[in-house]
Amino acid sequence: MMTILGVPLQALLGQLLVGLINGSFYALLSLGLAVIFGLLRVINFAHGALYMLGAFTALLLLTHLGLGYWFALILAPLIVGVFGAVVERTMLSRLYKLDHLYGLLFTFGLALTIEGTFRYYFGASGQPYSVPSALQGGTNLGFMFLPIYRGWVVIASLVVCVGVWVLIEKTRLGAYLRAATENATLVQSFGINVPLLLTLTYALGAALAGLAGVLAAPIYQVSPLMGTNLIIIVFAVVVVGGMGSIMGAIVTGYMLGIAEGLTKVFYPEASNIVIFVIMAIVLILRPAGLFGKDA
Amino acid sequence: MAPLLNVSGLHAWYGESHVLHGVDLHVDQGEMICILGRNGMGKTTTLRTIMGLLRKRTGQITLGGQDLMTMPLHRTAHAGLGFVPEERGIFATLTVEENMMLPPVVASGGMELDEIYELFPNLKERRNSPGTKLSGGEQQMLAMARILRTGANCILLDEPTEGLAPVIIQRIGEVLIKLKSRGMTVVLVEQNFRFASKIADRFYLMDHGQMVAEFPVGDLPNRMEFLNKELGV
Repeated sequence: MMTILGVPLQALLGQLLVGLINGSFYALLSLGLAVIFGLLRVINFAHGALYMLGAFTALLLLTHLGLGYWFALILAPLIVGVFGAVVERTMLSRLYKLDHLYGLLFTFGLALTIEGTFRYYFGASGQPYSVPSALQGGTNLGFMFLPIYRGWVVIASLVVCVGVWVLIEKTRLGAYLRAATENATLVQSFGINVPLLLTLTYALGAALAGLAGVLAAPIYQVSPLMGTNLIIIVFAVVVVGGMGSIMGAIVTGYMLGIAEGLTKVFYPEASNIVIFVIMAIVLILRPAGLFGKDA
Repeated sequence: MAPLLNVSGLHAWYGESHVLHGVDLHVDQGEMICILGRNGMGKTTTLRTIMGLLRKRTGQITLGGQDLMTMPLHRTAHAGLGFVPEERGIFATLTVEENMMLPPVVASGGMELDEIYELFPNLKERRNSPGTKLSGGEQQMLAMARILRTGANCILLDEPTEGLAPVIIQRIGEVLIKLKSRGMTVVLVEQNFRFASKIADRFYLMDHGQMVAEFPVGDLPNRMEFLNKELGV
């Protein structure tokens, strides 16, 4: 069998794929966080809870309404997005005039509340969500076996990330968003409804988290705490990428996923901390992050 | 005829600090007025308060009969008021053309993009550059151009010549004269009253948050001595 640095090629590629899949979720989640942080200046601690909400929405749509994966893929992000809009409008928006710390505390509290509520009703253990029939099975790539669903997750997340990047960098709405990120008051004085823009932005970030949740459901199982562990890693991704940088969040998400996967091959003991080690190094060398503006 | 923009008894505060002490001013449709005054006398604050950027305010502001005091900030532009801030407010993450297209059109009669590029050929050449890569003069022109596109009929223009070379200042003067010929109403804040004397119809002198003098451009020669003393030039 072929080996690279004493590691079987198959193990290497297998972990690369796992890294790419984890990276897909990091990218989707950190993208949402970056969009929200960029405009609202809120560090959205509820992001993991919104991700979990997406997965649970998919599960409940299936068990209560009989609506399968493909419906959930559209409906769950919409539902989580609307939930995000309501949260922003009724609660979060009241905190903008205060120190940004209050936004962080609020979203942290919100995450605990949502996760606690789901834990109360559904218990802490995971519930399975089956892979849709069209994406079951796998394909032999010659050098490794690729489960089709995992390939789908990587492609779907790439398409969505690129789509959001285009939305923000190339459209009129994106120009409003970028301008408001720089100087919201001036943009508002031009006659643009900035409060509405803030609501839509939070809703977009929430919907992205919800979508990641649906994509994750067949892979990781659906559990009330599924977002809790993930969110810490995603914060590290955002810090490495540069707070508020869209491209930084996407690229760093995939990069760190792969770095984590490769560490599992070469030095498995370090795989849980490698992202944080990278974060520490980046913070020392480039405090604004790899894609940050002040670096 | 009632003035287009009417401000009376306007008070404003930055936090606890009372900065405008009953400002009265009026501008007729198509008129260009200029507010003179030393630094820190409240000229910029007056514009920011009329625009609604400073919300802690009392008094009356009407534009074409519409009450601006109760209007949310994002509606004020739609009432026909445009603002060109002193710091120009060009967005670094937007291209020149994106900066230009940013403010929504609020009324018909604004300039078309082609027309604007004819007036400011530099901006056309650099349409795809990031906004803040432009020179100071070009940024000033961009800040003005993007408001001209919106169809606003009254423009608040804060120190457009500040820090610019004489040749650019002359260019800005030409643009303002052109705007005036189109019937644009302009409230200009300017320290350079020699520049302003070529384009403004009427002057206000501001001191400690109040208007202390008002005179038409024709009176300027008689007031030179007084103004030189007041403005400390």
